[in-house]
Amino acid sequence: MSGLLELTVAEAAGRIAAGEIAAGEYFDAWRAAAAGDELNAYLWRAEDGVEGTGGPLAGIPVAVKDIFCTEGVPTTAGSRILAGYAPPYTSTAVRRLGEAGARVLGKTNMDEFAMGSSSENSAFGPVLNPWDRGRVPGGSSGGSAAAVGGGLAPCAIGTDTGGSIRQPASLCGIVGLKPTYGAISRYGMIAFASSLDQCGALTRDVTDAALLLAALQGRDPCDSTSVGIEGGVEAPSREDLKGLRFAVPGELARDAIDSGVRAVFEATLETIERLGGAITEAPLPHAEHGISAYYVIAPAEASSNLARYDGVRYGMRAEGAGDLTEMYEKTRAEGFGAEVKRRIMLGTYVLSSGYYDAYYGRAQRVRTKIASDFAAAFAEFDFVVTPTSPSVAFGLGEKTDDPLAMYMSDFFTVPMSLAGLPAISIPAGLAEPDGGGPRLPVGFQIVAPAFAEQRLLEAAFALEREIGFDAKPGEGAGG
Amino acid sequence: MAELEAVIGLEIHVQLSTRTKMFCGCELSFGDQPNVHTCPVCLAHPGVLPAPNEEAIRYALQIAVALECEVAPRSIFHRKNYFYPDNPKAYQISQYDIPLATGGRLDDIRIHRVHLEEDAAKMIHVGESGRIHGSGASLVDFNRGGTPLVEIVTEPDLRSAAEASEWARLLRTTVRQLGVSDVNMEEGSLRCDANVSVRPAGSEELGVKTELKNMNSFRFLERGIEAELARQQELIGAGAAVVQETLHFDPRGVTLTSLRSKEEAHDYRYFPEPDLVPLAPTEQMLHEARGSLPELPAARIERYREEMGLPPEAAAQLAADPEAAVYFERAAGAAAGVEPRVVANWVTGELAAALRQEGGEAGATGSKVEPEALAALVVMVQEKRISHGSGKTVLAALVAEGGEPGAIVEREGLAQISDSGELEAIVATAVDANPEAAAQIRAGNGRAIGAIVGAVMRETKGRADGAEVNRLIRDRLGV
Ligand SMILES: [Zn+2]
Repeated sequence: MSGLLELTVAEAAGRIAAGEIAAGEYFDAWRAAAAGDELNAYLWRAEDGVEGTGGPLAGIPVAVKDIFCTEGVPTTAGSRILAGYAPPYTSTAVRRLGEAGARVLGKTNMDEFAMGSSSENSAFGPVLNPWDRGRVPGGSSGGSAAAVGGGLAPCAIGTDTGGSIRQPASLCGIVGLKPTYGAISRYGMIAFASSLDQCGALTRDVTDAALLLAALQGRDPCDSTSVGIEGGVEAPSREDLKGLRFAVPGELARDAIDSGVRAVFEATLETIERLGGAITEAPLPHAEHGISAYYVIAPAEASSNLARYDGVRYGMRAEGAGDLTEMYEKTRAEGFGAEVKRRIMLGTYVLSSGYYDAYYGRAQRVRTKIASDFAAAFAEFDFVVTPTSPSVAFGLGEKTDDPLAMYMSDFFTVPMSLAGLPAISIPAGLAEPDGGGPRLPVGFQIVAPAFAEQRLLEAAFALEREIGFDAKPGEGAGG
Repeated sequence: MAELEAVIGLEIHVQLSTRTKMFCGCELSFGDQPNVHTCPVCLAHPGVLPAPNEEAIRYALQIAVALECEVAPRSIFHRKNYFYPDNPKAYQISQYDIPLATGGRLDDIRIHRVHLEEDAAKMIHVGESGRIHGSGASLVDFNRGGTPLVEIVTEPDLRSAAEASEWARLLRTTVRQLGVSDVNMEEGSLRCDANVSVRPAGSEELGVKTELKNMNSFRFLERGIEAELARQQELIGAGAAVVQETLHFDPRGVTLTSLRSKEEAHDYRYFPEPDLVPLAPTEQMLHEARGSLPELPAARIERYREEMGLPPEAAAQLAADPEAAVYFERAAGAAAGVEPRVVANWVTGELAAALRQEGGEAGATGSKVEPEALAALVVMVQEKRISHGSGKTVLAALVAEGGEPGAIVEREGLAQISDSGELEAIVATAVDANPEAAAQIRAGNGRAIGAIVGAVMRETKGRADGAEVNRLIRDRLGV
């Protein structure tokens, strides 16, 4: 039975298609594994097995971030205000996975409304890092990353607004893919920041990420901003990086990065060169302002997106309110956590009349400049590469009292979100945290032009093969 | 004190009569059970996205083109944020700085802008006040929520309450003729707010304006504006100032109640709706909108006068009512050999009078008189197959029971006496029976002929042609 859990999704799907494994048997093996969740990765787990499924992902269990609506299945976005809410409909992403034969293994824990970089902002308790339970798994898709990294799911989907797939993937030693904005429908994905949110995959390897993306991507009439990926997505097969040009943004690489992370990053650049790729330092002059712009735009959109949680139609309604205004106030005061309230306040402020231009307008101009920086870089280079996160997994509670320090975890991932570009984080090695301790996974980020997912996956596949990362939580934790 | 001049602008909301709502697939309805036309989208469940209704965009473009506006190449949807239970997302999707169309005109009144938005749900406040304050409970009916609305804003070009209401009627006729809305004020598919101010006659500056709401008929629109103009003139006359505020019109006492003053005005925190791409009508869409324009009242009046030879009054009367115009044109087309002017006289004269007599509310279109039947009747009268008097009798029968005029003429024995020998004999008898009248006619008193004509008509039950009877009497008396 345990042999089944060693298979990648692509291998398992192949064997199920060949009739060597029964879909139900494979799914049940993973249900048993998920039942052993000690990381608080899951908020809900499938109660039934599967039967009668077909398609490229027949019987494949997928851990689904609890931000995707699933009809009749609790969906909370990690928030008390949606406790007990079971949506009347299913998100397009989950529906498409289902059409490919996959089934929901469970709903994974997350930072409330995807606001956070540590998964500590969940109303249902923090998620623990499978490599070191005293550390965070990253966020906001921390439950999905911990489930895949900790052997509780073969693959997962999450959402990435400013790094919420890539950063936890990096911290949990797995692959995290954020596709181009518009590649996958956002319909049924609970909105945090609509112009940035994008669904993506958290998997053991690049091939599995391609497999999920192939099923997920596509234009959806329910999402006007979705376009899909022209030509679809195929399993990558490239073995070298000959003739490919990789840009390292000097501005980003010079900034505060843990020494262990820097060492792995530089070793990975050498690996790229060994495979025939060329490394050049290139300017992305506005990328370093990404965090500032992001923390205006995302809260602004969030303040509007989260206004619907008012206690009138669904979810929590506070008791004992005397009138309408009091009902709104009490419900939202009791239903939202501190970080969500902070961002709603921030977002409301920056959109207020008299401040709009100084904050929101300006942030949008920075966003445009960052996008043009990338466009200029891609005129010369095939990819931009950075570390995914400036540090390895940090300790639980380490940054909860310092929101700005927490926000900086997304320093390397936010600019790509602002530019809507596809980016992937692959595990590149292990490093000691600054200040010492057992070695932990380090992610390497590759960024491609919009809708160049296939090229991105091919390069990541070749690099992944050469790096040969095969550490597992138990071993890594031992040093 | 200088003479004060009224300055009035109108803001008109037109509910489009599309099959479905603006951003979801729910059907539009009026008067159905509450909350049966709802779905996750129009109830603002977590994760839903708006999908614009193409039919609504087509209708809005037709309105914009009919009002001679310039259509924006890329107009933008914005979110207008406010908390209220009739607004489930807590924002209304509307248009703000770049509306669908700008700068048109209807008649002599300039159109400031035309934009697309969605309607709010309907609130029902339980209790005596009928308002949210002081009511025991409030119920929300989401059937109306999300209905497509077009907002039309005029420049402040109207100079009296009567002109405003007359212009609003012309706008209604124009929109009704496009077939894009029921434009019914009582049912709320046409809603009219007025911005009212006064200034010294001849001044170019605008005075402080107030906004009048809740005038749900043209009569109330006129009365409301009149009342507000009187109030403002009185204030200024007494040396006081007009305060900018929103006033609620109560038709029962023709009173105006202040809703909220500018000090507590909402900050709607408008920002571009990230869930929608800009609305960029293609050349094809604009071409279709222009091509689908029916003849509008002004052009129709012109054609009736120039091409069909109608007198100005009849032309205006028929053109103002699209249904009457269609009826008239069908009748005129069917009345072979009869001038349209004559048919118009029958439609606006005899038929209108007969319908009034019958007491029905319906116009010609809703009556039992088919336009082809009226045409047949007019032809019979013109060809002197029946007398004008008999024509009225037949028309009364048509109004009461419908059917074919020929059959009624036959049944009632109204066919004109065409055998001149028969009529001559009746005339001879009548002359002999009225010797006094005959003597007076011979003596030169022409008016005395009436008595003998009357006798002939009684004898023939009106089946004789009056002119012919006159001629025969004079022949017989040798005058
Ligand atoms: Zn709906």
